[in-house]
Amino acid sequence: MTALLGHMATMVWKDILLELRSRELVISVIVFGLLVVIVFSFAIDPAPGQAKTLAPGILWVAFAFAATLAMNRAFVREQEAGALEGLLVSPVSRDAIFLAKAATSFLFMLLIEAVLLPAYAVMLGFSALSWTLGLTIVLATLGFALIGTLFSALAAQTRSREIMLPVLFFPIVLPVILGAVESTTRAIGGETFVGLGRWLPLIAVFDVVFLVICPWVFSFVVED
Amino acid sequence: MNARNSDFAILAEGLEKSYREWPVLWNLDLSVPWGESLSLFGANGSGKTTLLRILATSARPDAGTVRIAGYDLRRQTAEVRRRVGVVGHRSYLYDDLTPRENLNYYARLYGVRNRDARIADALERVGLSARANHRVRTLSNGMQRRAAIARAILHQPDVLLLDEPETGLDQDSRQMLGDLLGQWTSEGRSVVLTTHDIELGIAWGRRTAVLTGGKLSFPKGDAETIQMALSGIEPLKSCRQSRAPVEERETHRGQRDQ
Repeated sequence: MTALLGHMATMVWKDILLELRSRELVISVIVFGLLVVIVFSFAIDPAPGQAKTLAPGILWVAFAFAATLAMNRAFVREQEAGALEGLLVSPVSRDAIFLAKAATSFLFMLLIEAVLLPAYAVMLGFSALSWTLGLTIVLATLGFALIGTLFSALAAQTRSREIMLPVLFFPIVLPVILGAVESTTRAIGGETFVGLGRWLPLIAVFDVVFLVICPWVFSFVVED
Repeated sequence: MNARNSDFAILAEGLEKSYREWPVLWNLDLSVPWGESLSLFGANGSGKTTLLRILATSARPDAGTVRIAGYDLRRQTAEVRRRVGVVGHRSYLYDDLTPRENLNYYARLYGVRNRDARIADALERVGLSARANHRVRTLSNGMQRRAAIARAILHQPDVLLLDEPETGLDQDSRQMLGDLLGQWTSEGRSVVLTTHDIELGIAWGRRTAVLTGGKLSFPKGDAETIQMALSGIEPLKSCRQSRAPVEERETHRGQRDQ
């Protein structure tokens, strides 16, 4: 367990260092997310009060698309100089590789969402200062990161990985998106944890299922 | 030096590997004693890289057993990985990190103790100390190759596997690598390398082998003998094109299963 955590910390540190050097992922995804909310604002032009109804859907559609952009890069870096193969012949378990990649994606997505959320709140007219909204974002992003990392590894081995990832990702992550939209609707409506009903536990259940299944499937994905 | 629980650094028996209907390695046996360097020759597509990838645990054999330093490749994979260093066609390095940062990263993954000293030693051995803090993407191909070699020897593996290591290296770098391999085997460790440069392979390998028809032969002699062994190569036919390999395989499998 200590070895697994140590290996994970090393790999996460490396990914953060690479992102700080290249600055190619976080900034471009944030710009994409901001453009989405601007386009939505012009395209829909909602009446006062209507924006709040549409906000959860717009927010999670934007977050889900941002996640696919971010996830697409997760294994591309590893494959550029064959580093993934270097990793696979090292004594690091496949579980550690997967969990480290998922943890990095989770951290990057949380950072991106922390920047985008206030902008969306201002443009769509809702309050982002809600701990139930924060919890919804954390749990749903964890689901995105787990399933996105798995399919990113799978898609990275195909020629059309940019297309392949969303095609694989969205059908599987749909329950998480639905749960997140419903939970967000209630959270920005001022509901407490009890008021969120079954939606937050539903996301948590999916996270647990993904957390068990994805590392196991990953080991088959990367084997020759 | 590690305690060694086997007479051989590498012991492979009945190794088989196919890519769909194409057999690449066929009932291949290989033994590499401690302290030996083996140069492996073969035409393009003969299976040299596949053999090295199997020994490095990055490809699974369809059949056969492999023991590295006495550890079973299938059942004790993590132990095998700790004892093998690999130089592949690609560097396995991150372009936006420096060689020192790359080595530090791998040293942590391999659990290398006394990291700073070992990294400095590996960089010194490949003559890269002066460029250790420059990003990999700014280094020439030859320097990137040196950094890849430093990465492979960092954890002082018992077995070093090098796939065409001379690619991109200038004369001085080849000399450096030759010296390093000589030093490596003199310490009782073993090396398996593939190359298309016959003269270099003979100079670097205490023993030479030619991979043809999915099996190894060990011609003794000079470059001409090896060239003749290589020239006689006929590409393996697809199992769909020829039933003979399939029948031979079934017979062999039947014998093995008994």
